[in-house]
Amino acid sequence: MNESSNGVAGADGALAVSMRDVTKVYQMGEVEVHALRGVSVDLEVGGFMVLLGPSGSGKSTLLNILGGLDVPTSGQVLYRGQDLTRADEGELTQYRRRRVGFVFQFYNLIPSLTARENVELVTEISEDPLPAPEALDIVGLADRSSHFPSQMSGGEQQRVAIARAIAKRPDILLCDEPTGALDITTGIQVLEALERVNREYGATTAIITHNAAIATIADRVISLADGRISRQHVNETRAAASTIQW
Amino acid sequence: MIRALDRKLLRDLWRVRSMGLAIAMVVASGIALLVASLICFDSLETTRDRYYARNEFGDVFANAKRVPRWVAGSLDELPGVDRVDTRVVAGVTLDVEGTSEPVNGRLISLPDSGRPVLNGITLRSGRWPDPGRAEEAIVNERFAQGHGLALGDQVFAVINGRRQRLEIVGTALSPEYVYAIAGGDLLPDPTRFGVFWMARRHLATAFDMEGGFNDISLSLAEGAAPEPAIVELDRLLEPYGGLGAIPRAQQISHWYLQNELTGLRGMALLMPMIFLGIAAFLLNVVLRRMVAVQREQIAVLKAMGYSNLRLGLHFTQWAMVVSVLGGVLGIALGALMSAGMLGLYMEYFRFPDLIIRWSWGHILGALLACGAASVLGAAAAVKSVVKLPPAEAMRPAAPDSFQVSLLERLGLRRWLTQPLRMVLRNLSRRPARAAMSVIGIAFSASIMVLASAAMDSFEELMQLQFNVVQRQDVTVTFFEPEGRAAFYELASVPGVIEVEPLNGASVRLRNGHRNRQVGIQALQPDARLQRVVGADYQPVRFDRAGLILSRKLAEVLAVEPGDTLRVEALQGTRPERDMVVSATVDDLMGVSAYLEPEALQRFLSDTATLSGAALGIDPAARDSVYAALKGMPVVAGVALQHAMLENFETFVAENVNNQLAINLLFAMVIAFGVIYNTARISLSERSRELASMRVMGFTRAEIGVVLFGELAILTAAAIPVGLALGYSMLAGMVAAYETELFRMPLVAEPATFAWSSAAVVVAMGLSAAVVRRKLNRLDLVEVLKTRE
Repeated sequence: MNESSNGVAGADGALAVSMRDVTKVYQMGEVEVHALRGVSVDLEVGGFMVLLGPSGSGKSTLLNILGGLDVPTSGQVLYRGQDLTRADEGELTQYRRRRVGFVFQFYNLIPSLTARENVELVTEISEDPLPAPEALDIVGLADRSSHFPSQMSGGEQQRVAIARAIAKRPDILLCDEPTGALDITTGIQVLEALERVNREYGATTAIITHNAAIATIADRVISLADGRISRQHVNETRAAASTIQW
Repeated sequence: MIRALDRKLLRDLWRVRSMGLAIAMVVASGIALLVASLICFDSLETTRDRYYARNEFGDVFANAKRVPRWVAGSLDELPGVDRVDTRVVAGVTLDVEGTSEPVNGRLISLPDSGRPVLNGITLRSGRWPDPGRAEEAIVNERFAQGHGLALGDQVFAVINGRRQRLEIVGTALSPEYVYAIAGGDLLPDPTRFGVFWMARRHLATAFDMEGGFNDISLSLAEGAAPEPAIVELDRLLEPYGGLGAIPRAQQISHWYLQNELTGLRGMALLMPMIFLGIAAFLLNVVLRRMVAVQREQIAVLKAMGYSNLRLGLHFTQWAMVVSVLGGVLGIALGALMSAGMLGLYMEYFRFPDLIIRWSWGHILGALLACGAASVLGAAAAVKSVVKLPPAEAMRPAAPDSFQVSLLERLGLRRWLTQPLRMVLRNLSRRPARAAMSVIGIAFSASIMVLASAAMDSFEELMQLQFNVVQRQDVTVTFFEPEGRAAFYELASVPGVIEVEPLNGASVRLRNGHRNRQVGIQALQPDARLQRVVGADYQPVRFDRAGLILSRKLAEVLAVEPGDTLRVEALQGTRPERDMVVSATVDDLMGVSAYLEPEALQRFLSDTATLSGAALGIDPAARDSVYAALKGMPVVAGVALQHAMLENFETFVAENVNNQLAINLLFAMVIAFGVIYNTARISLSERSRELASMRVMGFTRAEIGVVLFGELAILTAAAIPVGLALGYSMLAGMVAAYETELFRMPLVAEPATFAWSSAAVVVAMGLSAAVVRRKLNRLDLVEVLKTRE
């Protein structure tokens, strides 16, 4: 199966984000790097998507464009009908602030703030956030709320990052290699937390990873190679995070 | 061929060039001050010493009332004396065309044949006077310039009430008047004090000095101390109204020059140390950050076999390049600055020629100082390089550990937003660095305070002296103590509204081996014009029984209220008596002893003690009062309040603003250097968290709070410290300048503090603006992809 560009119609329901024919070209010194070469992807509301691909396949670029961190060179990105490709810097900031939660490979917690304060950093600027203790409870860290990042393990730090990302009740939760820096046990804990957030709070979730095992927990899996969608399929049944192995 | 590690050095330098440049500017400022002060010091000292030597400036000076010429022979016999010169010197009032005001003049005799033995003058234009012509005179150059006098022009000296014409045949400079200041003035006024040299025989005739002299200068043999000669000279001159000999150190022109040189030396030592200390601190902060960022590179280099020594040297070299660049820049800047400073010095200190001196030793010293600063700055970073274990360093560093800050623990926590907590915790995590930043910024504020408050203090001295102590318009001094008649004569001049007698006498006060020759003044207890006022601005009340001394005089004589002093009059029948010191007064100008008028009269048992008068005059009648004073034979000198104030204002306008501008520049360099580097390091350390916050949806302004909040807190903490530091530096300076000629009150106006604070805030704004551009260019995606 080697379908390019146009995505297949996914599960029923409204689209959270719709990308059409998106290209992204970076100028790296004198070389042009084509990170995305005409990609179309839809994120259904409440869906759980995994983007698979080796490094350099363009998956991070895709995630960054979805999250309003970057703008495409051409093509269209619609968030609930709003054209993100025409949004200015301020509008993108507001988009991230209100709609998007990010989780990164290296957690990106603020080392000078405790777990709870890291979450409050977001709730203080959000309109209708979850209370910080509740967000920490969801990821199973209610009892670690007054610890600083330096006092926590990698898995714990990543779960704080997830709590921080979901506390604003984001429409979209974007995770860039969330288990990339973790061992399998803690990696599974983190995936379980993401699974739960998606299930219980309905956040549209997209995870990028080069780890194919993770794909089994998604509704839909999109594989990227060399800036193009090389393959996509829908899982009939989603595996539980606790069952996966790598 | 450049080695790979050196290429890395060059690229590292280029990458953080703006921080390196900011530090280099701090170094350059310090070195510029060092080099400029040293060049000025060396040049002025060499110029002075050569001038003194070539013109045979005296070592001991004395005045007397009238000494018969035959006494001159025995002067040669005094201990240690090499050469002797005797002269006739007289103070007169001058009438200069185009100036209604009386001008103070000093007439000095030139030998009828040959040139002066000591204190030779250097002819700048024209010729020497013809001894056969009474009216011919040489004038000091500055006075001629001040009044636009050319050769052939004339001025009139009032001698015994007669206007005597003086024709200018030459202009000259004298080692005695390098700093040509009239007694009682704080600043030289070229238009108000003129020195004239003329043939001795005519001057002697005019002042009844034929066959005698009233001024003695001695030079001493190599290595001879002045004290024995002074003691013997005083003894010798006593029968002839000797007024006490002084060593060169107390000669007024020399004193001011020496004072300036001492100040320069102090500046050459203190200020550069402050600048280099701050530079070392900044180098330390930047290098430590560099080592932290390059942790993995260092580990790899170590793994490849580079030694600790080589890597330590690599980072030290970075500091060396920055400070030597600053040093070289500073040397060039200092040489330029010294030219400007010397130009200014030459306005006030007059030498026939300026010998510009600079030593390679000093240049080398300056560069060594830079080297020392860079080694000091690099030390901590090098230590961490050496300690870094290569295997461990290749893994990412553990997250920085933080804790709740003190302010939060004190209960402020719930009032603080997360960004503010981040700021406080970041500061409290590195208290030493925060403290050093505060001290660095504080120094910049203190430099401003010092420059501006020194002016406030000087201004206060002028205001106090001329609005509170001396409230008269005119101070008249007489040649000789006069009786009541002179007082009434002054009172009868049309336009004189108020006259107050100034009674005084020259005395020598003795306490064991300590002694000082001073004026003893009797002031009316109800004086309205010339008063004795303490530092509390209150007129001093006179105690009938005792002597009141200037506090400085009491210190010099080592006496306290209740102690007894031997008072020897140097005029009239020269009576001597023990008197009890009843109090001291914190006066600011000169040193004096004060006595109740009747007590002074009794002590001198002389009817005539009127040494001058203080006048209040009708401003509309100024010119006629001046004309009358010029014509009075008893008047030796006239000091005009408004002229002194105007001269002071001119001085302020010409010099102070320049001085303030230079200090402002240096203060800004320090403030910018410290704040900019602090901000850049902070940005480097926190770019990840700031980028994370941007990703989370924080606006640029909101993340600006985290970065600039830290700067604002450091600056806010530094300002009061800087103001206090500046004030204590001022106190130190005021104490250092506490001399017998004047004492500065310790005053700093609120405006001084406001301006100094504003300058630091502006520097912070500038630094923030520059860093803000970098913050705006923060690459969100890139930062998040990399691990710390």
